[in-house]
Amino acid sequence: MKFYEISKEPINVQAVIDKVVQREAGAITTFIGTVRELTHGRKTLFLIYEAYEAMAVKKLEQIGAEIEQRWKGSRAAITHRVGRLDITDVAVVIAVSTPHRADAYEANRYAIERIKEIVPIWKKEHWEDGEEWVGNQLETVAYPNGKPEAGDLHE
Amino acid sequence: MNKVLFFAHLRDAVGEESLEVEAGGKTVAELKAELAGKYDLPRLETVMTAINEEFAANDEVIQDGDVIAFIPPVSGG
Repeated sequence: MKFYEISKEPINVQAVIDKVVQREAGAITTFIGTVRELTHGRKTLFLIYEAYEAMAVKKLEQIGAEIEQRWKGSRAAITHRVGRLDITDVAVVIAVSTPHRADAYEANRYAIERIKEIVPIWKKEHWEDGEEWVGNQLETVAYPNGKPEAGDLHE
Repeated sequence: MNKVLFFAHLRDAVGEESLEVEAGGKTVAELKAELAGKYDLPRLETVMTAINEEFAANDEVIQDGDVIAFIPPVSGG
């Protein structure tokens, strides 16, 4: 079973959840990231997600390993979609199971924040009045050392 | 020889998904500077680099045959 995947097809949410079912678990949390229509009042028509697939899978696996190390007894599965996505389409599904519910929420939150830091996936917004790769234009993120620093968590 | 991969806005700027370059013995920073000059690449200070699918620092030295990828700030999720 592949716990960490990049998918060109629509994600089957239940299939991702099923991967983390375990007898020791008392909770499974699921995060479903969807394509939003309005960002700061600007209307998105659709998105294109692109991945450096081989590395993206490795980085998802790394996030999973970090989670399983930090939250004892946890199991994680993540699938991220690529290609063209329309408004309300599912872009990412993260499922985490743990013995107790607090850890399942916390670990799932950790996964999405880490995806936004280290997994080589990009989205191109197509608006009514133009298109733009997100994440590169605002210059809000700098990597003076050329790579992400460990432990930073951003909103 | 080394394969250099480009993604997102860098791919648009270069006009290619990848290039073959002679980068063995150069640091990541040196290769960045060289390609920035040649292709007029925007905002390379915010671009991360991977060598063989693992993040690499600017002072890391590239070996012949390494696959290099320039990774703009990511926006998955």
